[in-house]
Amino acid sequence: MPQHSSAFTPSGTLQLGVFFQGVNSGTIWKAAESGSQTDFESFRRIAQTAERGLFAAFFLGEGLRLREHLGRPHALDVVGRPDAQTMLAALASVTTHIGLAATQNTTYNDPADLAHRLSSLDLISGGRAAWNMVTTDNAWTGENFRRGGYLDHADRYVHAEAFVRTAKAIWDSWAPDAIASDGTAGTAGTAGNWPADGAVRRVHHEGQHYTVDYTPRLPRSPQHHPVLFQAGDSPAGRDFAARQADVIFSAHPQFDAAVAFRADIIERTLRAGRPADAVKIMPASEFILAPTSAEAAEKKAWVRELQIGPQQAIAYLEQFWGRQLDGWDPDGPLPDIDPAVEETSETRGSGFHGAKAGELTAQWRQEAAEKGQSILEFVRAKAARSDASFVGSYSEVADTLADYARVGAVDGFNISPWLIPTGLDDIVNHLVPELQERGVYPTQYRGTTLRENLGLAVPDRAAAGEPAIR
Amino acid sequence: MSTIDDRTATAARAGFLAIELDGAGWDGTGFGSPDGFASLAEAVLAAESAGFHVATFADSPRAGRVNALQRAAYAGPVTRTIALVPEVDTVYTEPFHVSTQLASLDYVSGGRAGWIATAAEFPETAAAVGRENVSGTALAQEAAASIEVSRRLWDSWEDDAVIRDVATGRYIDADKLHYVDYKTPEGFGAPYSVKGPSIIPRPLQGQLPILAPASIVGTGQVPADAVDAVLVTAPTPELLTAEIRDVRHRLGAAVAIVGELDVVLDARGQAAVERATGPVSGRARYVGSAADLVDFLEPLLAEADGVRLHPASLAVELDELARWVLPELRRRGALRAPVQDGTFRDLLGLPRPASRYAHPSTTAGN
Repeated sequence: MPQHSSAFTPSGTLQLGVFFQGVNSGTIWKAAESGSQTDFESFRRIAQTAERGLFAAFFLGEGLRLREHLGRPHALDVVGRPDAQTMLAALASVTTHIGLAATQNTTYNDPADLAHRLSSLDLISGGRAAWNMVTTDNAWTGENFRRGGYLDHADRYVHAEAFVRTAKAIWDSWAPDAIASDGTAGTAGTAGNWPADGAVRRVHHEGQHYTVDYTPRLPRSPQHHPVLFQAGDSPAGRDFAARQADVIFSAHPQFDAAVAFRADIIERTLRAGRPADAVKIMPASEFILAPTSAEAAEKKAWVRELQIGPQQAIAYLEQFWGRQLDGWDPDGPLPDIDPAVEETSETRGSGFHGAKAGELTAQWRQEAAEKGQSILEFVRAKAARSDASFVGSYSEVADTLADYARVGAVDGFNISPWLIPTGLDDIVNHLVPELQERGVYPTQYRGTTLRENLGLAVPDRAAAGEPAIR
Repeated sequence: MSTIDDRTATAARAGFLAIELDGAGWDGTGFGSPDGFASLAEAVLAAESAGFHVATFADSPRAGRVNALQRAAYAGPVTRTIALVPEVDTVYTEPFHVSTQLASLDYVSGGRAGWIATAAEFPETAAAVGRENVSGTALAQEAAASIEVSRRLWDSWEDDAVIRDVATGRYIDADKLHYVDYKTPEGFGAPYSVKGPSIIPRPLQGQLPILAPASIVGTGQVPADAVDAVLVTAPTPELLTAEIRDVRHRLGAAVAIVGELDVVLDARGQAAVERATGPVSGRARYVGSAADLVDFLEPLLAEADGVRLHPASLAVELDELARWVLPELRRRGALRAPVQDGTFRDLLGLPRPASRYAHPSTTAGN
């Protein structure tokens, strides 16, 4: 059995989160039971099902620019999504326990404004808000914002960390006794004096990218401040998470990789001066489940077929070839022509972006030929993120997950359902009870705040202090 | 069965009532107490069942006030007919975010969202985001730009852009998505541009109704045709009708007029004059009995398209308004009937506009 640092004790339990994806090729829209991606009812249905299954959190992504394909809006995948915090504020009134997590960019938001809005969500939900911190650096996204593209790639975590420290200082600026227990402290009737005199710490930050001079306006929430999720996987991203985050939304769901990632994060967390279990890990994942393993395998084939059709397969290759390939047969071999670009496009947010196109496509051609794969087969295997998939019967997958819990490989999984809005039904109805039988999943919410439900310590206000750069 | 003509005729005679749900009222504190948000839901439901047509949510930078747009969104799923209209600043916010947030509010409220576009001088907000303080005529310029960007982004997805065409594998028709390519005009304080298209499909209403203070709307400011309604303020109740007539004359008939009124009522054994102790708002303040308020509002609702009431204390005044004022105004035919599952545009008598980027397929012969 893999050994972690002796400072770390596995909790022996798992948490689940759901990531309602708005822009992706994983969500099936071609099936008859596929619903709207924008109607509020879709969001309500998923969030309330997740809450019935005692999920810790409901996640929404953030869109800052529509993906493009060969210079036009990409037409083949689900696209178009509501603003995360607006949707979560609405969901706060029809849910009671589930965490509400908004992906929000540190590059195209102002720290004081974003911290205030996240505080608002946290108060409105009774202490259930979370912020999934992401960074962007490209000028292409910046074209939708006043600042434009202004951040060097190398600077993005330096910038993000200053941003987060400023946000934390804002959240920790109201003294615990700023408002009396009846909620009307200070001089009631004159809003400016609502908190007691001197009970609010003003926040100053002067940095390379922004200046903040702000008297925060909101008291702390029942969970003190929003839970922080982080998803970056580079060494700089991991260190950033080890210093600042509560949960890592990781990219390593496979068992051995998960164990190795946990060990790495423990090391970095201890080095950052925090306890070994201060940072929870929840990999992104996909579940394809059925009563028997044979049915699950059949279902997987059906899911992949609907996720990646012939047009999607060609379009997938076009993004790396940088040219139209509409004459190519999806059932034939990969195109034997050279890419029209030197580097692959960044506009689809691909993990391959910046790769040398010529080398990549030659390598793929060889790989597909060796495996005897057609374009369609190759792309289905490549694009489906199969490494993030748990496929099997309810009891098989429950057994697998119990192993993760036992060694503390992860603290839970963040599930991207491939069907909206019914995509969590089988997980909540069948997998969750199996996990509960095995003693590795909660049988009730521990508390009403996300921080309590994730087993996170209450942040130390004194330690937060002032932002780093003055 | 009502026809369009009936509705238009009714709209011409009867006005609507809006209520500002700012915390506990302007003499109270915000929604900061532990049960504050349960009471937000209660307040908006009470306003809806009382027959108010519109709830508004203030958002100037003051302690204890939660983001207005989120309060409106929170109210969305628990209400059915009342329009939800937050104030959203246009000067220190990102137009792309604002546009997305407002479109999202329209989705979570089933097409009952609106926007009070504000542009006021707030040096503390400027400092908070590290910008130069914007003042004077530049405020209206910022508002006009922000409104124009939002409107273009809302139109950037044509209504039928999501096609879900299994045969061709296309989820959207890319021809029905448009870059907005907005650039601030010459001489703009801190110029910017927005590329588009929006990140969210067109709002349910197509375009959300936009309200702005009448003081920043008109020639050289926010163009009158950029807004759907204006909020008219006068220093006293006596001057309000005259001001409404002036603004109507200045802006023309296409813009709806909403009169602004602070309200302090005799209630719970206390005379209104004793209770009228809150800070001075600059709005006309009605102080008196519920019965006299009915007499005051009836002619006002014939002059204006609607009146927005700012209660001194939400719990106290809302009770009195629900019991005595709205029923009597309805009996007198001064109030429009709320429309079940109607949109905010329906309430204002506005048709659902086509996207400015849509090209009708029947342009044959050109």
